[in-house]
Amino acid sequence: MILVIAEHNAGQVHRSTWEAIAAAQALGQPVSVVVAGHDIAAIGAALAEAQVTQVLVVEHAALADYTADAYVAALAEVVGATAPSLVLAAHTYQARDFMPTLATRCGRGLVSDCVAVGADAESFRFTRPVFQARLLADVLAVGAAPHFATLQAGAVRADAVQKGSAPVSAQAVSLDTAAVRQRPEPPFKESKQAVDLTAAERIVSVGRGIKGPEHLDMVRQLAEALGAELAASRPICDNGWLPMDRQIGSSGQTVAPRLYLALGISGAIQHVVGMKGARTIVAINKDPEAPIFEIADYGIAGDLFEIVPALIAELKR
Amino acid sequence: MKIVVCIKQVVTRDWQVRPDEARTWIRDGDAEFEMNEPDAYALEAALRLREAHGGEVIVVSAGPSRVTQVLREALARGADRALHVEGEALARAGALVVAAALGTAIGPESPDLVLTGLQSDDMGFGQTGVILAERLGLAHATIIMDVQVQGSGVRVKRELEGGWFQWLEMPLPALLTIQSGINQLRYATLKGIMAAKKKEIRAVAATATAADAAQQLVDLRAPEKQKQTRMIAGTPAEAARELVRALREDARVVAS
Repeated sequence: MILVIAEHNAGQVHRSTWEAIAAAQALGQPVSVVVAGHDIAAIGAALAEAQVTQVLVVEHAALADYTADAYVAALAEVVGATAPSLVLAAHTYQARDFMPTLATRCGRGLVSDCVAVGADAESFRFTRPVFQARLLADVLAVGAAPHFATLQAGAVRADAVQKGSAPVSAQAVSLDTAAVRQRPEPPFKESKQAVDLTAAERIVSVGRGIKGPEHLDMVRQLAEALGAELAASRPICDNGWLPMDRQIGSSGQTVAPRLYLALGISGAIQHVVGMKGARTIVAINKDPEAPIFEIADYGIAGDLFEIVPALIAELKR
Repeated sequence: MKIVVCIKQVVTRDWQVRPDEARTWIRDGDAEFEMNEPDAYALEAALRLREAHGGEVIVVSAGPSRVTQVLREALARGADRALHVEGEALARAGALVVAAALGTAIGPESPDLVLTGLQSDDMGFGQTGVILAERLGLAHATIIMDVQVQGSGVRVKRELEGGWFQWLEMPLPALLTIQSGINQLRYATLKGIMAAKKKEIRAVAATATAADAAQQLVDLRAPEKQKQTRMIAGTPAEAARELVRALREDARVVAS
């Protein structure tokens, strides 16, 4: 049996949870889904619309707000009680926080950030990007079950979930509230995002290859000539060269413009998950083996400091 | 406040990584290495906490003898001393094995705070720090953007998804994984480099074995192209002309 750990936020099932359920359904074993929280009957009901064996709802006052300690304690009990072959969760920020602890608490390892999961009679085989997505690694889970894995966003289509009507049951846990060390405050957003890149038709995005903030003016001119918004990968915003609300990727905005032009962006998975939905992707990078070229429709392997001025000139002709 | 920072040495970002013959690791015989960037932010956070609250910053790295190079760099930036968990195989080991090795060195130090980067630029497990917290019995929080010391605990700002954040309080000792961009990195000064030569790098034997491994890397390869990428060659002017033509006439995503 495969146990999928569902995530929910503000009364909604996390989109990536449906992807994890779809991935589990494709493995040819019975699937159970577990969800932890407080007053989450509606979440359990929503999850029961998937074609799975059962939905286990773990209710406890200490699970009202997410904490790593409470989640790990509760879910370790569920894993112990259900003895799954594989425990699967979406590779969300929340899963990154508790899944390694949960696996360790169960005496097992975690294969994180997988883009594919396969199963044969013997075990599970996972594929995960390594070296900033320049290489892919196949990884076997070694030793006794349960194995633990997290699935990268977008690795499986959420709409591939087989629909059904699953029984929902409560799963009691004996959670020691005093053992929860993290005391969370309510989530908040920083000052209102000034730029909504999700609505942009065209985006020109820059990465490390731009080398310094003094070169941004050239990129602004290109964006202007294309009628595009300016965006960036995380390191550019980390360096303060562009504000954080221009960032595309797993920690920034997710966009799907008609044109996405990636300048000096290598294509690390954290960036790609934010932009791979673009209709036409153009990559300009001096490294012809940069992973960004794997998802690009058009690629120019060359020096962006020569190509960008040529592009501006050509667009103005 | 006694702060330990875990630092990984990784191949430089510009290095052309290629699978070795067995396709289970990269050909790193003549690779260039550098400090894992997220760990550099963790080190910077530790140095700033020491400047504000006093105490000591100890850096630790697990791997072959070459990792002393990044420990020396961390000492030059201002860390007080270093621990090197020696082991040739640790450079390519999984998160469980590395966390066990780091725990061997860190446990006896009884630090108030352990910091790591949120993930490594090579294997990208994003879990070594979290496993280490569990092994050492520490409370933890991940993807941290701010750290405030409050009495016998810390108040930290966690990055959530989609532009959301959250503050949470935890008692010390604790482990935090630090998000890149939490601060502006400092670089070593000449004075720092000279001072680092006199600082201690103590070797610690790794006691964890391969039996602790829970996952086995069986194949390493270049990814297959997901799209039919049209590579445009020529001089910059020629390539620019053809790209603009293609975007206007074929893809029709730019107005002519």
